[in-house]
Amino acid sequence: MAVVEIESLAKSYRVYQKAEGLLASVKGLFHRKYREVQAVRGIDLTVEAGEFVAFLGPNGAGKTTTLKLLSGVINPTSGTARVLGHVPWKRENAYRRRFALVMGQKNQLWWDLPAAESFRLHQQIYRIDPEQFDRTRDELTDMLSVRDLLSQPVRELSLGERMKMELTAALLHSPDVLFLDEPTIGLDVVAQYNIQDFLKHYQQERGITTLLTSHYMKDVAALCRRVVIITHGRIMFDGSLSQIIDRYGGHKVVTLLFADGHIPGDLGVYGEVLSEEPPRAKIRVERSDVARTLGRILQQHPLEDVSVEDPPLEEVIAEMFSQVNEAAGLADAELLAGAGE
Amino acid sequence: MFARTAVWWTILRISLEERLVYRGDFALGTLMRFLPILTQVFLWWAVFTAASAGQDVGQTRIVGFSYHDFIAYYLLVMISRAFSSMPGLASGIARDIRDGTVKKYLIQPIDMLSFLLLNRIAHKLVYYVVAALPFAFVFYLCRGFFPGGWPEPQVMLAYVASLLMAFLLGFFLEATIGMIGFWFLEVSSLLFVYMLFSFFFSGHMFPIDMLPGIWGEVVRIIPLQYLAYFPAAVFLGKVEGTDLIIGLWIQFAWVLFFIFTSRVTFRLGVRRYSGFGG
Repeated sequence: MAVVEIESLAKSYRVYQKAEGLLASVKGLFHRKYREVQAVRGIDLTVEAGEFVAFLGPNGAGKTTTLKLLSGVINPTSGTARVLGHVPWKRENAYRRRFALVMGQKNQLWWDLPAAESFRLHQQIYRIDPEQFDRTRDELTDMLSVRDLLSQPVRELSLGERMKMELTAALLHSPDVLFLDEPTIGLDVVAQYNIQDFLKHYQQERGITTLLTSHYMKDVAALCRRVVIITHGRIMFDGSLSQIIDRYGGHKVVTLLFADGHIPGDLGVYGEVLSEEPPRAKIRVERSDVARTLGRILQQHPLEDVSVEDPPLEEVIAEMFSQVNEAAGLADAELLAGAGE
Repeated sequence: MFARTAVWWTILRISLEERLVYRGDFALGTLMRFLPILTQVFLWWAVFTAASAGQDVGQTRIVGFSYHDFIAYYLLVMISRAFSSMPGLASGIARDIRDGTVKKYLIQPIDMLSFLLLNRIAHKLVYYVVAALPFAFVFYLCRGFFPGGWPEPQVMLAYVASLLMAFLLGFFLEATIGMIGFWFLEVSSLLFVYMLFSFFFSGHMFPIDMLPGIWGEVVRIIPLQYLAYFPAAVFLGKVEGTDLIIGLWIQFAWVLFFIFTSRVTFRLGVRRYSGFGG
């Protein structure tokens, strides 16, 4: 069953344009120039119940705007969307009781009070049965290991602890759909891992439909089987991570461990040398050439060990963005030229 | 209905708790409110001494007000303001709009105005509990300025009603101003202008009977007098009989008007907010 159905959804904003300098500021008092920013330019997407989907894309690509549209914070310029059968921007309570949005910190929690108080308020606002509430709260805070911190004022918690409390607050009413905007941004590695781990287990257990935006590839690799790449307000790719690597990761990284301990000088003929740390060297080889190149190296040099790996995910994504940008950049230049004031 | 009452009670309770976190700031802020009354006492003493030109200050009158009337009026306006002033309400709403916190009210099944109203009621309740004693003390010291003593029970009832409506009027008026932040990101100058107007035309600075000519007329039409002057005038018996009944009804009508205006402003504001970004 489709939980999220989006059809040609588009959103554009008007942004005040100000040139640099004092004179321009004074001019701006009388006459303002606006520019139309097309944050989302016609997105079609269907998400089935229980899917965990990642939105990837550079800053300003339209990921957060899409989440805002789906949670009803903003109205679209055109197009339609339905989440759980509701039109999000109608903001019906029936819908608002069934989803949660986690966007940055300090959104749902009362800064000066212990998180337990904010949770109590959520219980009332979302009309959660008291027993159910106690059970859910204990379960969530145990999973996130923040149960001891429930009675500590939120402002005294660390960034990671606050994020965990935000997540707990968002999940208290057992939503059917969860929107996460950069849930691990600014957190240390341990906290990042904890939250990833929690989301993974929670999502598997509950089968909650989840849409996530993140800049951390590790989040995406750990959590989402389906990845939607958005740049310039359009969906450029929709599929699995491995498909991305197949399509855009055009090369492999081959690590060679030389038996005689020294690295031959002519290594460059086989592929681009990435690093040399005797007796180990890494070279970059075209995906289609891997087998042939390895054969040639083995004939010429004694090897103790060989490994062939995909390039780092970040690199693949960066490569893909630059390819997509080149294509989209041309189209954008034309659009902007015609845009005027 | 029961569920809704439970929500309201929880909001009220949590707001009360939040209010009690900063004890020091709160106690100091409450006490400092009494300082202006001292300056007023001395200021008008000086004015009346000058105006009396060597005669008995107690007999001197300025626009029909004696020195005693003035001080009694100020003490009562202090009470009116304790109900109608809304520190940080408008600027808080505008800030929430600017930094995006307002989206909480769009995402969660909760109404922003009801939430803020309950929050404000909690603020006021805590304030009254803490300020009751100092207020009683000041009034005890100044009892000489009220030669008439307590007003009749019916007048007292009307006084309490006018104070409660002053609270509601203050809340919905300032909430409406704060929501102008949906259109203009920065409303602090606008707020400043409003505060200035309110200071003069609500009767906070001087009894509005003192305003000459056209200003006197304008002040009687606009709603600001119901924030400070009107309750004080009711207590002092300056508004009586039919005038009192009509006055209360007009105040009530202004409350309804601003409840309506704030609702419409919120609706339009959210439409704009969600249309232009957020």
